[in-house]
Amino acid sequence: MPRGVLVRLVIFLGLALASVVYLVPTFVGEVPSWWSGFLPKERIRLGLDLQGGTHLILEVKVEKAIENTVERVKEDLRRFLKEKAVPFNKAERVQGNQIQLQVPRASAERVRDLLKSEFPNLLLVSSRPAAEGSEFLLAFQERELRSIRDYAVDQSLETIRNRIDQFGVSEPTIQRRGQQDILIQLPGIQDPERAKEIIGRTALLEFKLLDEARSVEEAVRSGPPPGTEILYGYASKSEGTGTERVPYLVEARTLMTGDYIADARVRPRSGIEGPYVEVILNSSGARLFERITGENVKRRLAIILDNRVYSAPVIQERIGGGRASITGSFDMKEARDLAIVLRAGALPAPVEIIEERTVGPSLGRDSIRQGVISFIIGGSLVIVFMIAYYKGAGLVANVALIFNVLYLVAALAGFQAVLTLPGIAGIVLTVGMAVDANVLINERIREELRGGKSPRAAVEVGFERALPAILDSNITTFLSGLILFQFGTGPIRGFAVTLCMGILTTVLTAVYLTRIYYDHRIATRKLTGISI
Amino acid sequence: MEIIRPGTKVPFTRYRHIAVVLSTVVNLAVLILLFAEGPKLGVDFAGGTMVHLRFPKKVSITDIRQALSGTGLGDSVIQDFGQEGDNEFLIRLEKTDLRLGALGEELRQGLEKNFGANQFEVRRIESVGPKVGKDLRQRGALSVIFATVIMGVYLWFRFELRFGLGAVIALIHDVLVTAGALMLAGYEFDLTIVAALLTIVGFSVNDTVVVCDRIRENMRKVRRESLENIINLSINETLGRTILTTGTALFVLFALFFLGGAVIRPFAFSLLVGFISGVYSTIFIATPVILFWEKRKKK
Repeated sequence: MPRGVLVRLVIFLGLALASVVYLVPTFVGEVPSWWSGFLPKERIRLGLDLQGGTHLILEVKVEKAIENTVERVKEDLRRFLKEKAVPFNKAERVQGNQIQLQVPRASAERVRDLLKSEFPNLLLVSSRPAAEGSEFLLAFQERELRSIRDYAVDQSLETIRNRIDQFGVSEPTIQRRGQQDILIQLPGIQDPERAKEIIGRTALLEFKLLDEARSVEEAVRSGPPPGTEILYGYASKSEGTGTERVPYLVEARTLMTGDYIADARVRPRSGIEGPYVEVILNSSGARLFERITGENVKRRLAIILDNRVYSAPVIQERIGGGRASITGSFDMKEARDLAIVLRAGALPAPVEIIEERTVGPSLGRDSIRQGVISFIIGGSLVIVFMIAYYKGAGLVANVALIFNVLYLVAALAGFQAVLTLPGIAGIVLTVGMAVDANVLINERIREELRGGKSPRAAVEVGFERALPAILDSNITTFLSGLILFQFGTGPIRGFAVTLCMGILTTVLTAVYLTRIYYDHRIATRKLTGISI
Repeated sequence: MEIIRPGTKVPFTRYRHIAVVLSTVVNLAVLILLFAEGPKLGVDFAGGTMVHLRFPKKVSITDIRQALSGTGLGDSVIQDFGQEGDNEFLIRLEKTDLRLGALGEELRQGLEKNFGANQFEVRRIESVGPKVGKDLRQRGALSVIFATVIMGVYLWFRFELRFGLGAVIALIHDVLVTAGALMLAGYEFDLTIVAALLTIVGFSVNDTVVVCDRIRENMRKVRRESLENIINLSINETLGRTILTTGTALFVLFALFFLGGAVIRPFAFSLLVGFISGVYSTIFIATPVILFWEKRKKK
């Protein structure tokens, strides 16, 4: 065997050996103990549509995060002006996330200076004379808004990652996608509804004082007085079963939020009452909580989660030690989920599920089985046909085809590409399209033979003349595969990946691997006749 | 074995006028259908929720509708899925004001009340918000258009402008024919259909590439022949290859269509139609465009 042929043969066989090695972990399940550390352990990764699981895309309502920030800065501004004893008539958040500040004429200049030095983030949009002084419109700079949005998305991602970790999902994917979306993939998850509940919850814990001076009924009828709001809780009905909505009139001011939570645990309670969740505050939270309870003894403190009042106990005395409990009528599972979200922290802004794809495990298994069956039947048809049509040359093409599939599947494992149902279809399709290169070559060889060329010359010319068309046609398919990859997500990407990888392995095997055989025959001068 | 005998000389270009009329009529019909009636859109594009259910026992659509009537999902579209006797159904919940995701739960409760807790299996849920649906629709359409243009540009660079133009017109034809067939067969348009259309664009242009390659070669070899004869010669010379290659692709596609399961069936169907259309369009659309261009230039 001449050197050139031998070298190429060794390369292709080496690749085949490496492919087999890469596929061992996928097909034997557990790798044997002698499988040493440097050998690949990665199995082919199955997409959610094959192994079952949930794919979610969440949109972070970043505008809400901006509203919250503006609201907070407005509160800071009020407090600051009060501290500095600067009189002001009005400080409100208005349309377009701006703060409207009205001050008496006398202090206008001073406010202007103070704003500049103490609130450099705020941009003075306009100032105009108002009824009794000046009115300023303040807004955040565009750069500031951008960073609030970014922070909201990043922080949501972090929080959701925490929640999912605590929920216990193996190998979740949590990524930021685009401006304000978060992509979440939870493979093999058993209870997608519960997972969505945990992920999507804002979990904003707030402590607010109840306004007991005024009547709740009156407030429900004619709207809450300024500085207060009506929130609802749920309580067991006084008669019969079920729950009813109970209104609470609370002060709008938030005394404390869940930011200070160090830990949250489910605690059992005696009897039929069900468990409750104990919240343990960190040290600064404990101090704050002590001060709040100390200042408001005998008043009722509402414990509010996502705008729902869970309880509003009377503060009996100053509470040290930083422990608070959230009671409500929940079962063990709900209490555990609540503890998870409290531990992981609140989302800085609400999120909305804008896309969900859940596949049950049985459908995935069926898809794999059906994919494999169509691969075997389709592949067999092609192989039989190639031998029937081209005899010897068909056999050569078939050998190349088998190497092709081997390389392709090994590449999927090696590059850790995700195999999806359309991806399997892509492999099946590759089998059907791969022989095109050999068809082009063989047809050309037949043509040259008919034209009176010697077998050797026919083979050489056949390969040479067929090559441009083979390359062109594969490049065009590859290009559309790239566009598809760019466009698609999840399963569709899986198809684009197998399609493109399949084209590379096809050109490699159908053109260069088959050539080795013919070159060998030519070199050993045995190519006197050709079975084609 | 040979399918096309060497020396076969079918004067394909002679039929080009009939072909152009026929294809124009077909394409116009598809366009009218597309714009007048519109394709059936899957949840990917229309938004909404689709739930795929399987029952261990025999269940009728009426039973399911009855079970859902109490939940406010009573007017959902329910259809059989898969083979007869699989007891699988697709339930399409139209866009509602309900929070995405919560819909599936409501459905589950309605079914549990009527069929019992373990008497059905939720095999698949797909929920897409209206904004995402619109976005995917636009990007899907754009990617098909973009791919078609790229193919034309590629052929322009590799060969000549008129070859690229012929290819683009042939590809538009294939995409339209496939879309029409999908509508007639009642399949929904979703992301996998876009994948199929892009594959058709990438594969169908192969025939055009091979024929163009041969035309160019023959133009160098036989200078005295008319372009029409060269084109006919080239189509005939590559006809065997065209039929073989599409044939082997059709083998595996038939396998996918019949054995690959109901989820992948619309995909396989599109490719079957598109690939067959691709052979036709190369012979009867792409090359006549080249010829037409040539004739116009002479005048």
